Amino acid sequence: MKASGQRARSIRRAVVTLAAAAALYELMARSGLFPAALVPTLPAVARTLTAMLLDGSMLRHAAYTLYRLLFGLGLAIAVGLPLGILMGRFRAVEHFFLPLASVLMPIPSLAWVPVFILWFGIGDTTTILIVFYAATFPMLLNAWSGVRSVNPLWLRAAGAMGAQGQALFWKVIIPGASPFIITGFRQAVLRAWIAVVGAEIIAASAWGLGWVIFDAKEFLNADVMLASLAVIGGLGFFFERVVLGSIERATILRWGMVRAAKN
Amino acid sequence: MHQIEVRDVTLVYDTPAGRVPGVQDVSFSLEASEFLCIVGRSGCGKTTLLNILAGFLAPAAGEIRIGGKVVTGHGLDRGIVFQDFAQLFPWRTALENVAFGLEMKGVPKAEREGIALKQLQLVKLEKFAQSYPHHLSGGMQQRVAIARALAYNPAVLLMDEPFAALDALTREEMQRILADVWRETRKTVIYVTHNVAEAVFLADRVVVMTPHPGTVKAQVPIRLPRPRDPLSIEFLEYQKELLRHLTEQAAEA
Repeated sequence: MKASGQRARSIRRAVVTLAAAAALYELMARSGLFPAALVPTLPAVARTLTAMLLDGSMLRHAAYTLYRLLFGLGLAIAVGLPLGILMGRFRAVEHFFLPLASVLMPIPSLAWVPVFILWFGIGDTTTILIVFYAATFPMLLNAWSGVRSVNPLWLRAAGAMGAQGQALFWKVIIPGASPFIITGFRQAVLRAWIAVVGAEIIAASAWGLGWVIFDAKEFLNADVMLASLAVIGGLGFFFERVVLGSIERATILRWGMVRAAKN
Repeated sequence: MHQIEVRDVTLVYDTPAGRVPGVQDVSFSLEASEFLCIVGRSGCGKTTLLNILAGFLAPAAGEIRIGGKVVTGHGLDRGIVFQDFAQLFPWRTALENVAFGLEMKGVPKAEREGIALKQLQLVKLEKFAQSYPHHLSGGMQQRVAIARALAYNPAVLLMDEPFAALDALTREEMQRILADVWRETRKTVIYVTHNVAEAVFLADRVVVMTPHPGTVKAQVPIRLPRPRDPLSIEFLEYQKELLRHLTEQAAEA
């Protein structure tokens, strides 16, 4: 089985799943059980989406959301990844930060939005910080677990071959922890999406995919809401399957450290 | 002077059940280029002893000298091969695994890869240089591990039952390959095993260890020409002798 063939099959399977879900929705929309304004048909949503893409407004909304998402996510990785690794390496760092993480982590990021609005006002800063808050903990905890679960045999073998300090860290511990680190990326991206859309609903002014949904509610524009949701879904799919999928294929799948599901 | 001297080495494990002697007053020595097998049943302290030799454990009493120098911690004078196939780094190709020790020594890339490739040729795996470990069979992975332990040219090769998890046919093939590798490199080898036939096939001399506490029961030089025939009368006589040492101790226990 060639990789390209597998790729085509994987795309075909995804299309089948999505088409089935769409057909089910369309059936519901056309059943006459719901008002067409509240449950618009897919062609109606597609028309709205096309119009918003063509006039550039949807692109601008998406660009704002992506800016906040990536900025917050970048901060979360820049802080959570090294901190989690240090927690796994040094007792003192673990002792200091673990209670803090345990207290802050269960608080839903959106619960902070009103507080952050008071501190930072409405706009990008608040949204970015909410994303940062939401995405840091999964990154941190997975990096921490990853470092602690590096196979001790690798450390022994590396030590016997004279690896220590920086070399041991970069050439053994980080790749050894990579399945966890990639899981951390994945969970951070998911949490970041939830946070960015939620925060935009509450704290954004005039732009952003979350804001579109909230704003459309005022005018009963269900088609606009669904168009925005479709864009969020599409972008999320891109991050999960294309970005994280390629990182996985280039590293832990290639190294056999995780396996693709069989059949 | 002997190349390796193990003198009165004792190690006691502190366990929740109290102090358990691991090895007690173990002494033996090796000449350069000698192939020594340590044979014993599980729990006789043979792996503990190897871990002390490797520098992963410090003895409570006694000392080990390699080339006259007392061993403290691990060092590039010893190459180590473990039993577990997972000892290879899955994120490195066979070649990159073998080159790791040289990389740590700061040998330039082209040079270390040249050396690594030669080591892979020695274990007949040069065709798999670019393969990742998960694409190799267990026997191949252990051969890569041997090449990796030899690549930085240590004085001594320490091996902890490297073929114990392989099927019998593969194990015999591995033993033949290892015998060839030893003939070509003339390394001093300390090889731990519970397999008596393996010890007779490989060793110049066999140290028999008995448990509770782990002590040296006997030392048996194997005076057979190489390559050895496992079906010859003399080979079987040596096996019987080693088994007798091992079972006598079981009867006493």
